[in-house]
Amino acid sequence: MNAHEELVRITNLRVHFPVRGGIFRRAVGSCKAVDQVSLVLGKGQTLGLVGESGCGKSTLAKTVVKLVEPTSGSIKFKNQEIAGKRAQNNFRQNVQMVFQDPAESLNSRMTVGAILEEPLEIHKLVEKNLRSKRVVELLEQVGLPASAADRYPFEFSGGQRQRIGIARALALQPELLVLDEPVSALDVSVQSQVLNLLMDLQSKLGLTYLLIAHDLAVVKHVADIIAVMYLGKIVEIGPAEEIYLNPIHAYTKALISAIPIPDPTKKRKRVIIPGDVPSPIDPPKGCAFGHRVGASLYPKSVGMKFNMEEISTGHSVLHCPCCI
Amino acid sequence: MQKGERMKTDTLLDVKGLSVSFETDEGHVQALDSVDFQVRLGQTLGLVGESGCGKSVTALSIMRLLPKPMGKITSGRIDFQGQDLLELSPDGMRQVRGNEIGMIFQEPMNALNPVRTIGDQLSEVFLLHQEIGAKDAWLKSVEMLNDVGIPAPDVRVFEYPHQLSGGMRQRVVIAMALACRPKLVIADEPTTALDVTVQAQILDLLQTLQKQLGSSVLLITHDLGVIAETCDEVCVMYAGRVVERAPTVELFANPIHAYTRGLLSSIPRLDRTPKTKLATIDGMVPSLSDLNEGCRFAPRSGKVHPQNLLDQRSPLKEVSEGHWVESCPLCLNL
Repeated sequence: MNAHEELVRITNLRVHFPVRGGIFRRAVGSCKAVDQVSLVLGKGQTLGLVGESGCGKSTLAKTVVKLVEPTSGSIKFKNQEIAGKRAQNNFRQNVQMVFQDPAESLNSRMTVGAILEEPLEIHKLVEKNLRSKRVVELLEQVGLPASAADRYPFEFSGGQRQRIGIARALALQPELLVLDEPVSALDVSVQSQVLNLLMDLQSKLGLTYLLIAHDLAVVKHVADIIAVMYLGKIVEIGPAEEIYLNPIHAYTKALISAIPIPDPTKKRKRVIIPGDVPSPIDPPKGCAFGHRVGASLYPKSVGMKFNMEEISTGHSVLHCPCCI
Repeated sequence: MQKGERMKTDTLLDVKGLSVSFETDEGHVQALDSVDFQVRLGQTLGLVGESGCGKSVTALSIMRLLPKPMGKITSGRIDFQGQDLLELSPDGMRQVRGNEIGMIFQEPMNALNPVRTIGDQLSEVFLLHQEIGAKDAWLKSVEMLNDVGIPAPDVRVFEYPHQLSGGMRQRVVIAMALACRPKLVIADEPTTALDVTVQAQILDLLQTLQKQLGSSVLLITHDLGVIAETCDEVCVMYAGRVVERAPTVELFANPIHAYTRGLLSSIPRLDRTPKTKLATIDGMVPSLSDLNEGCRFAPRSGKVHPQNLLDQRSPLKEVSEGHWVESCPLCLNL
């Protein structure tokens, strides 16, 4: 980890949304979407964020690209504080996002060429007469023919549309790409094409990825570091291999065992987690996971303060009496 | 001969030469092209394939729920317990649907009526198919909710779908599908909309209930992991056809069709070396409105097919016991 220059450092990040109620729409509570999250992402690395829906993965991603303002905590990009300030143009250039559903994140009334030119225009990066050349370059980079520039998004298949989404994110030559479920809307055979493209681009352009996915097998394949989120908190973070071979937190263990393995000769005992993720508006008093599974040690965790504890280099886990 | 007879008796559902077409604005679309498969008593058959390959159309055809008037079954038969479902009157079909064949849909929120309580919707199944009174139907509904593992069923039964989580809603849909102890359950992507942890719960529940009731299951999914963990037999579909059919263990150990092989090697797996290039299948799923008669996988197989293979469909061939594959010589890997 030390070999990598630090690109993003998130410290004690909190994103709380007010819950409004009553006649005057006053804030009657708060939804702790992201709660005390800290992580470091080195240049050229891929950090995979996994967790069930509603655990705060997407909110965290949106906060990193400044689409959501944090409640407290700090996000440093290249040692510059970005939380709470107006986004500098060069920050917007350096951090780009690829969205989950390519059909909905591309303007259906614009040609692909216009979609790819727009960021160049806004940031005044490329002279007007050279823009179309850059567009062709971008299309080539993601494996699409130059003729695609004159066509509209609906003329492409899901996988090709996601390539356009990636090309758009690359237009400004960013250093960090935030990928929010980039392959979950795609078919299996196309999914592997897009994953290969992402891995290629990373090694060619030295990109850093913050990858959000619910498919652990995908994350394990491309990520260097995996962070497991549960109810707004990171419960375990560490090198990808390490998380798989030696998961410490009960939630990580259960999550791994829940993935169906495409090999019928391997019959294993699945750990079934009962119940659902509790509501972040009214979280349990103690350990949120222990509460869900009805751990016998749960009462011990009530009112406790949870801290991350380092197990081995770079592998930390949320310390809690009922889950470790 | 003896073997043939046994096969006959323990086959619950026998789909033979099923072809379905749709009339759309863009013209005639053939969604299914002579699909054959059997579901045996007490077993689970998996239908796997990418979007647009005809998995869901197969399920809807069996239930005779194809959208009218666009969707039409052009040929074939669907024998359920020896009776061709396609010959039943609409009334006769209503007796089968929800009673002897239950269906679980992908998106539980769309499968439930948002303005009626859970209990109301569940009792309806009993009232339609069994001769019992409203009160008994209600009691049976509560019992059913309990069976599918919903906590405090006597309270939940008064609630509306929006008050339940995604996993709970899917449990309700399962309860509805299994209410009349159907002989066959068709589950169309039952866990796709759910998280992995909830998916594990639901698959576990389905397997337990299947054992209890002795039902057969037709499971439709695009997830080969789910297939490997739950199915006895698998049909791989591509562009409206079954290209390979085999017992699960055999299919995973010895895939023969190039598409099956491509599919199996392109999924990222936990036990693969990370960061390596994943195998891919070039190109994309062909559009259904413009299909050739012969090998449909040809453009993606990486092998140039001579015209006769593109024009004429190669028949399904049995390569080992119970293992059938579309015998296009260039797509086979024996």
